[in-house]
Amino acid sequence: MRTVDVVRSAFRNAFRSRLRTTLTVLAIVIGAFTLSLTNGIGAGINGFVQSTVAGIGVDDVMTVTRTTEQADLTSGPAEYDPDQATTTGGGTPGQGMPGPGGGAVPALTEADVDTLAAIDGVLRVEPTEAVTLDYVQHDGGTRYQLALSQFVPGMQVELAAGDQVDLDASDPQLVLPESYLEPLGFADAQHAVGAEVTLALTDAAGTQVTSRATVVGVAEPGLVSSSGAIPNDALTSSLYALQQVGAPAGQGDVYASASVWFDVDAGDEATAALQERLADAGYTGTTLEDQLGAVTSVIDTVVLVLNGFAVIALLAASIGIVNTLFMAVQERTREVGLMKAMGLSSAKVFALFSIEAVVIGLLGSALGVVGAVAVGQVSAAALASTVLADLPGLTLVLFEPVTVGAVVLGVMAIAFLAGTLPALRAAKADPIASLRYE
Amino acid sequence: MTTPLFSVRGLRKTYGTGSTAFDALRGVDLDIHEGESLAIVGKSGSGKSTLMHLLALLDRPTAGSITLEGADTSRLSQKELNTTRNRAFGFVFQQFFLNASASVLDNVTLPLTIAGVPGRERTARGLAALAQLGIEDKATNRANDLSGGQKQRVVISRALINRPRVIFADEPTGNLDSVTGATVEDILFDLNSRQGITLVVVTHDEELAARCDRSVFVRDGLVDTTAQVAA
Repeated sequence: MRTVDVVRSAFRNAFRSRLRTTLTVLAIVIGAFTLSLTNGIGAGINGFVQSTVAGIGVDDVMTVTRTTEQADLTSGPAEYDPDQATTTGGGTPGQGMPGPGGGAVPALTEADVDTLAAIDGVLRVEPTEAVTLDYVQHDGGTRYQLALSQFVPGMQVELAAGDQVDLDASDPQLVLPESYLEPLGFADAQHAVGAEVTLALTDAAGTQVTSRATVVGVAEPGLVSSSGAIPNDALTSSLYALQQVGAPAGQGDVYASASVWFDVDAGDEATAALQERLADAGYTGTTLEDQLGAVTSVIDTVVLVLNGFAVIALLAASIGIVNTLFMAVQERTREVGLMKAMGLSSAKVFALFSIEAVVIGLLGSALGVVGAVAVGQVSAAALASTVLADLPGLTLVLFEPVTVGAVVLGVMAIAFLAGTLPALRAAKADPIASLRYE
Repeated sequence: MTTPLFSVRGLRKTYGTGSTAFDALRGVDLDIHEGESLAIVGKSGSGKSTLMHLLALLDRPTAGSITLEGADTSRLSQKELNTTRNRAFGFVFQQFFLNASASVLDNVTLPLTIAGVPGRERTARGLAALAQLGIEDKATNRANDLSGGQKQRVVISRALINRPRVIFADEPTGNLDSVTGATVEDILFDLNSRQGITLVVVTHDEELAARCDRSVFVRDGLVDTTAQVAA
């Protein structure tokens, strides 16, 4: 019997008892539907988190701070070190950076920057010039508090309008969060682009000074991206210079943290080794992955648990396949006997029934996946304008072809395994006994 | 005298083991020549069906040998047995064993499908076989929609389609009324005389047995030579 005839017969046989096949397929549809949907939601949310990663920073940069001596119970209080410089709390810009909730954090000096640069594996060090703004103002209007985030090259902020800041530009630029548009008196994002805003800060001598910057872009609110404005280097440098006016000599260059570039292609182990060396030198290095790892691992765990339920549903459905095929083998006992008498090999009899199981699996998984995609699209469209309106750029359910293919193939594999038992029984059947069967 | 098509020597078949063992055949010797029609006659439980199953290579004997054209069939592999049954034998059973939901044509071409013959050739040969029995107009009908006589014609078409050398018929007229049964008998004997297909008929119908060239009577697992003489 040719393979094409075996497959054709299996397809035809699968539909001989339509109601029974439909019910079995339905059970598989439920499992495949759930599996596709949970995977889709996991992929969608993780994809959103990953795209937001680019908004926070780039993956080859580590944020390095002085390791804070934790006063744990066994070692007693940390000894005072007169050489240890500190910055006061609240000066750490942006979010996602290890900062104190208040109080002093050990700061980095120029000497620390040199030490960091000398550590093996560190490609480049750039101290973070922390600037604390007093307020932002547009056109003499109301003054609002504003934090400045650190912009790292390669960072992509989700923009509502305008462009990313130009790092090489000599004129001061910044990207304004969307939430500042209305308070500052802009009609919409387009109007804000190109406008000038006034930024004020208090220098080391206690005098409040102002500076001006051009708004080049408006950032969309993101899940984990910073709520602060993003300046270019020219703006940061000029503001930092203003802030340092009146500072006593020698205490001048103190940074809350530094950005350390490393070779991300060297692998996770090399990165871990670098963090180890930083720790030995008394610094704490935090990669972007460290900061985001918690979020994605929680999502992955939730998806895994939901997938577990879907797989249980599929296992229950596969028992349905076993049952359906046992009934089919029973019904077709004489037919199998006749075909064997006419010279059909046991292997082909096995193939006939196991492929019938695979056909049922294929049908169920295909319908389940199609259903999941349909429900995913409809619900995403419905939720995007209501519950999830605050999270633009979030694709709630993302169907990756590889995952969808894996679900279909996986279900077919489960169906095949379920079909082996009945198929073996049919293959082993004695033709004479089968022909006598009433 | 030419080598017989089948040469059976000391054939024994025991079902079960130990105290439940049952000897269906207890040493049968039989020669069947190419082109003859042979009736295997006996009461139910006499062992006549077992003899046919062993001849048709559907089962292996407990002891004794069956030689097919000079070749010892006990040496054939399962695959060779399957091929021999598919190519050389045709089967007509009392119960029609038709796939009720499939078309008449699909039922008739089943042996060709099993042999791996391409679809187009299957259709052509299937229609030819149906035409031979005058039911080519039923080709697309569902097998279930046919009358008993038509069904048995379909079964004979199926047995003929692979141009077999032997047709094994197990009570071919048992499920048919006498008129239809007679027609089916005519068809079978016509095939035997015109195409030289060897006919092995298992029956308890003495009239049918009488139409055959030769009859062997099976009683309690043995060929009854006295009865054979009487016939």
